[in-house]
Amino acid sequence: MALPRDARTTPVLEVDDISVSFGARVVLDHVSFEIHPGEFTGLIGSNGVGKTTLLRVILGLQRPSSGEIRIGGVARGTGRQSVGYVPQKVLLDPDVPLRARDLVALGIDAHRYGWRRRSAEDLRRVHETLEAVDALSFADARVGDLSGGEQQRVLIAHALISRPGLLLLDEPLANLDPRSAQDIVALLHRVSTHHDVAILLSAHEMNALLPVMDRIVYVTGGRAASGTTEEVVRTDVLSALYGHHVDVLQLHGRVLVVAEPDDATDHLASHPTLRMD
Amino acid sequence: MHYIFEAAFFSSVPVRNAAELGAVVSLVSAVVGVFTVIRSQSFAGHALTDVATSGGAVGAFFGINALAGFIGGAVVGAGSMELIGVQRARRRDVATGIVLGAATGISALYLYLDTTSSASTGVTQQILFGSIFSVAPSTLPEAALAGAGVLIVVATIWRPLLLSSLSYDVASARGIPTRAIGVVFMLAMSVSVGLSSLAIGSILSTALLIGPAAAALRVTRSVRAAVVVSCVLGVVATWLGILLAYDSYDWEPSSQGLPVSFFVVVVVVAMYLVSGLAVFRRRALVARGGAALRVPEAPLREPRTVA
Repeated sequence: MALPRDARTTPVLEVDDISVSFGARVVLDHVSFEIHPGEFTGLIGSNGVGKTTLLRVILGLQRPSSGEIRIGGVARGTGRQSVGYVPQKVLLDPDVPLRARDLVALGIDAHRYGWRRRSAEDLRRVHETLEAVDALSFADARVGDLSGGEQQRVLIAHALISRPGLLLLDEPLANLDPRSAQDIVALLHRVSTHHDVAILLSAHEMNALLPVMDRIVYVTGGRAASGTTEEVVRTDVLSALYGHHVDVLQLHGRVLVVAEPDDATDHLASHPTLRMD
Repeated sequence: MHYIFEAAFFSSVPVRNAAELGAVVSLVSAVVGVFTVIRSQSFAGHALTDVATSGGAVGAFFGINALAGFIGGAVVGAGSMELIGVQRARRRDVATGIVLGAATGISALYLYLDTTSSASTGVTQQILFGSIFSVAPSTLPEAALAGAGVLIVVATIWRPLLLSSLSYDVASARGIPTRAIGVVFMLAMSVSVGLSSLAIGSILSTALLIGPAAAALRVTRSVRAAVVVSCVLGVVATWLGILLAYDSYDWEPSSQGLPVSFFVVVVVVAMYLVSGLAVFRRRALVARGGAALRVPEAPLREPRTVA
């Protein structure tokens, strides 16, 4: 379960003035935002803007140059904190005989030392979690033999079974066909609403997430703007964030962020919603 | 008439000692090997065997117990790799290469000194190709103790080790001390390599570490089953190697006997090749839609929309 109901006023995640530099290169520049229990948040930005770095800071895998991360009101690193994580790339070798249900079960007890048989309750939780992510039909297949979308479901189940209050996903839609991406987004939305799990999902394209996002954190040039989609994906906000004029267009239910003609050559390639081709 | 299983084979004390030592070494190598393969540390495992060579060579020169020399060398090598940085694949590769190069140089020096100081190539041969028939019986309890220690350690860290082997980042995010787990596993691998160096020689001990484990991982459906099968394959390979080496003293025309290590490696390689059939079968099933991998098809769902 996520945080108890009486703790709903406390943000499940507070990113407070985080900066990260690698040598002279500033990757994140005073980034701040918060996420509340059960919220679905998209971390949107083009490739290389620092989304993965920000997720690694939140997870405690990367030390920030300045700023603080608080999870459930408690500073990161103090005590055991309930954060699930689905990384961008997991090398699941087909030659490793790990069934989907075994990987999910590791979400319960991978931190435990010593030898202990899994209880009937553990096995029931594994079954229920696989069922919740529609993965029962391939629960006994080798994880390395599964398709990208099926592997994502198993990794999400692995992260969810420890009942985190916050689930971080790094580019889970990358390399998925549109149908599989849509299924994963629907699954995550169901998880966030039914299980009260806050979700922070990074992506370089926001349109697939528009119907389900409660909040967006838009990152570019090391800086970030956060709020509801209507608050952030606006010409004035994104122009200020980019440091030059951009237009936000609505077209057939999709959002396009377009640089002004003079800047087009410089900026189109790095835009999250447009490609040069 | 020539029989492979002669009565003298079973009554021979050196053969019995070799079989017991071989079983201990195979079991430890098989268990550690499974995680070595999953962690993609086969190169590190091979490098540790070369580092164990230098430990054995230095030990022989100074008259130190052979097992202590092998294990000591491997432990120092593992510690050096860890100091340089093994937690990321690229740095691990570089660290392993640097330690491997240094160890090979030390091995060359002390193997030369061992040979020239004793006017015999026997020591060099024992270090490189093993001495399972001539190991002192007193070494067996020491080997069993060291092997039991390794098995207890691996059993204790089994689950954190497995998750950190699959994904360093996911394990770290779960709060698992991935660096410490990596160090402990490298030390376990060092002891395993030291043991197998004693039995089949440092040059070929990688085969016992990697071969049975790699074959077992191909034919099983869980890591636990892979460990069991790896143990069986490792013990069978070692005992078959001992049997064939013993029998080779009767092989014409030389009748001088061939090394156990050679036969062990031949059996291990054969096992690995045969296990490839399981891979072909599995890939064929996956290509046909994974019918044998999945439970009966779930009913088709209506296309879902995101709303």
